[in-house]
Amino acid sequence: MTAAPSAPSAAIAATGVVKTFGDRRALRGVSFSAAPGEVAAIIGPNGAGKTTLLSILGGLQPPTAGTVSRSASEVGWVPQQPAVYRKLSVAENLRLFARLEGVEDPDAAVARMLAQTGLEDRAGEELGRLSGGNQQRVNIAIGLLGDPPVLLLDEPSSSLDPRQRERLWEFIRGLATGGTAVVFSTHNVQEAERFADTVLVLADGELLFSGSPRGLEAEVGDGDRDFEAAFVEFLRERGH
Amino acid sequence: MRWLLVKDLQILRRSPLLVVLLVAYPVIISVLIGLALSKGPDKPTIAFVNEVPAGETEFTIGGEVRDASTYASELFKSVEPVRVRTRAEAVKKVKDGEVLGALIIPRDATEKLRSALSLSGAVELPTLEVIYNQEDPIKAEFVESTIKARLADANKALSDELTKVSGQYLDILLRGGSFRILGRGFDVLGLQRTKQVLEGVRADLPADDPSRPALDEVIRFAGLAIDNLDLSDEILGAIGEPVKVKRTVLDGASTPLDRFAIAVAVTISLMFVTVLLAAGMLALEREEHAFGRLVRGLVSRTTLVVEKIVLSALCALVVTLLMLGGLSLFVALDAGRAPLWLPALGAGAVAFGAMGVALGALAREVRAASLLAFLMSLPIAFLALVPSGSVSAGLFDVIRVVSAVFPFKASLDAVDAAVNDAGGLGVALAHLAALAAAYAAVARLALRRFA
Repeated sequence: MTAAPSAPSAAIAATGVVKTFGDRRALRGVSFSAAPGEVAAIIGPNGAGKTTLLSILGGLQPPTAGTVSRSASEVGWVPQQPAVYRKLSVAENLRLFARLEGVEDPDAAVARMLAQTGLEDRAGEELGRLSGGNQQRVNIAIGLLGDPPVLLLDEPSSSLDPRQRERLWEFIRGLATGGTAVVFSTHNVQEAERFADTVLVLADGELLFSGSPRGLEAEVGDGDRDFEAAFVEFLRERGH
Repeated sequence: MRWLLVKDLQILRRSPLLVVLLVAYPVIISVLIGLALSKGPDKPTIAFVNEVPAGETEFTIGGEVRDASTYASELFKSVEPVRVRTRAEAVKKVKDGEVLGALIIPRDATEKLRSALSLSGAVELPTLEVIYNQEDPIKAEFVESTIKARLADANKALSDELTKVSGQYLDILLRGGSFRILGRGFDVLGLQRTKQVLEGVRADLPADDPSRPALDEVIRFAGLAIDNLDLSDEILGAIGEPVKVKRTVLDGASTPLDRFAIAVAVTISLMFVTVLLAAGMLALEREEHAFGRLVRGLVSRTTLVVEKIVLSALCALVVTLLMLGGLSLFVALDAGRAPLWLPALGAGAVAFGAMGVALGALAREVRAASLLAFLMSLPIAFLALVPSGSVSAGLFDVIRVVSAVFPFKASLDAVDAAVNDAGGLGVALAHLAALAAAYAAVARLALRRFA
C-alpha cells in the first residue's frame, strides 16, 4: 500500500477523495492504492471516516470529489453486519446473490463458495440458525461471488468471539494469498498489526499515515511501545 | 426482479405464522365488519306481561270483531318477548339484566279500547307501560326507539281500522242504511234521501206557504252537507297519514346492503394484506442489512419499490379472489362480472402496495412499519365509510379530501363497481393509478435515506 495515487499494478486506487455532508467534511482528499494480494487495514478513532471511505470504495455512495479506480461491480463488498436473509438457507442466499450478480453459472459459484467457506455440510440450513462466525463467512462469501480482484470488509470481526475471529482471518489470509486485494476497517489495532500488510491511519477525514505496522511504530520513535500504544501516541502527536 | 420475488416468496413460505396472521386476521376482521354492516342488531329481549284476562281480548269496530292480540303481535316484530305473569316479575328481570326492558299491557286495556270505539262518549284510551334500565344509554336508546317504533305501527293499524269505521258511519249518514250500537239496530234515512223527501214536500206546498223559506234553508243545508261529506273519505285518510313520502335517489349506487358489505369486507382484506406485506417486506431488506448490498449495483431502488408492490399485490389478489369465491357460495354474486374483479382488485392492490412501500421506506423497521401500516389503515377505512349527512358539511368535506388521498375509498368504489355493478369503475381505476404513482414516488424518495 502506498499513499501515492494509482500505481499501474494497483488492484484499487483512490485519488483525492473528498466527502462532505452539509458543512461537515468527512473525508479530506484521501489518496491511496492497494496491490493484488495486499491486505490493508483502515484504522482510526471513532468518526475518522473509515466506513465512509470504504463505502465510497465499494460504490455505496459517490465521493463529493476525487476518483476511485474500480466501479462497484468490480469490487466485493462485505458490510459490518451480515447482509443475508436469515430465513433462507446458506445455499439459497449464495444462489440468490449469484443470480443478482449475473454470475454465468450460479450453481457452480455456490459450490465453489461453499467449499471455500467450509460450509458444504450446512448448505441447506437456514442462515438464522448458524453461529455469528458462520454467518459472517457466508457474508464474505457473497462478497466474493463475482470473483472480484478487491474485497472490502467493514469491521469484519466486530461481532465474533476469539476462535471465530481466528478462523475468519485465516480465511482472509487465504484469499490474499490467492491474489485478492483486501481492504478492511477495524477498531481493533492489534488485528491490524497482526493481519495487515499495510495500515492506513485516518483521523477527522484526513489520511495521516500509510505504511506497514512497523513503520507506524518507527514514526513514534520509541521501540519499547507495543503497536496500540504507538498508534495512540501517533494520534496524540498529531493533535487527535 | 424475478429472483427477488422468488426470494420473498421463499421467506414468506418459511414464516407460516406470519402468513396465517396476515391472511386470517384481515379475513376475520372484514367478515365481522361485513356481518355488522349487513345485519341489523339482534332483537332485544323484552319481558312481556299481558294482564288482560284470557278471552277478554276481543273488541268490536263497526260491527266487526277484532282481537287485540293481532295488534300486539306488531310489537313482537322487533323484540324477542319473554312472557312473565306479573309486573313485579318483569321489573325483577329488567333489574337483573336478564332482559333489556319490559312491556306491560294492563288488565283494562281491551276494555278501554272497547269504550273508546263504542261511540259511548268514553275518551280514556288504554295505556301500555314500558320499563327499562337507564344505566346503559346505548341499550336504553335502542329499547326505547324499538318499542316506540313498534307501538307506532300498532297504533297505525288501529287508526286505519278506526278511519275505515268512521268512513262507514259517515257514508250511512250520507246515503242512509242501518247499523248497531250496544246491541240495538238503527235505520238511518241519510242526508241524500232527507233532501229528496224535503224537496218532494216543498214541491207540494203552495207558492205563498209561510213554511217555504224555512224548508228552503234546511234543503240548502242538506245539499251543502252532502257535497262536503262526499269528501270525508279523503279527509279521514289524510288524518290517518297526513304526510306521505316519495323517495327519489339522486346519486350513488343502489347496491343492496349485504352486497355492499361484501365489497367493504374484500377491500379491507385487500388493504391489510397489501399494506402490511409491502411495508414489512421492504423494511425487512433494511433489517437484514441487505438493502445496501442490493442497491450497490445489483438492483435499482426503483426496481426494489416495484418488486415489493408486485409481491404484495399478487398475494392480496390471491387472498381476495379466494374470499370473493368463498362469499359467492353464500351470497348471489353476478358471475358474469367476474372478469371485472381482476382489474378492480389489481388496481386497488397496486395502490395499497405503493402506500405500503412508502410506509415501509419511511418507518425503516419491520415493527415500526407494521404498526404504522396498521394505525393508518383502520382510521382511513372508517373515515371512508362515513356517510354524508351524518357529520357537518365542513367536516364531511375534510373527510372526503382525506379519503381521496388514501386508496381505500377509491378501491371500495372500484370493487363495488366490479362486483355489484355500482358504476364509476373507470374513474376509480384512474384514481387508483394516480395514487399508486404518487405513493411509489414517495417511497422512492424515502429510499434515499433508507440504508
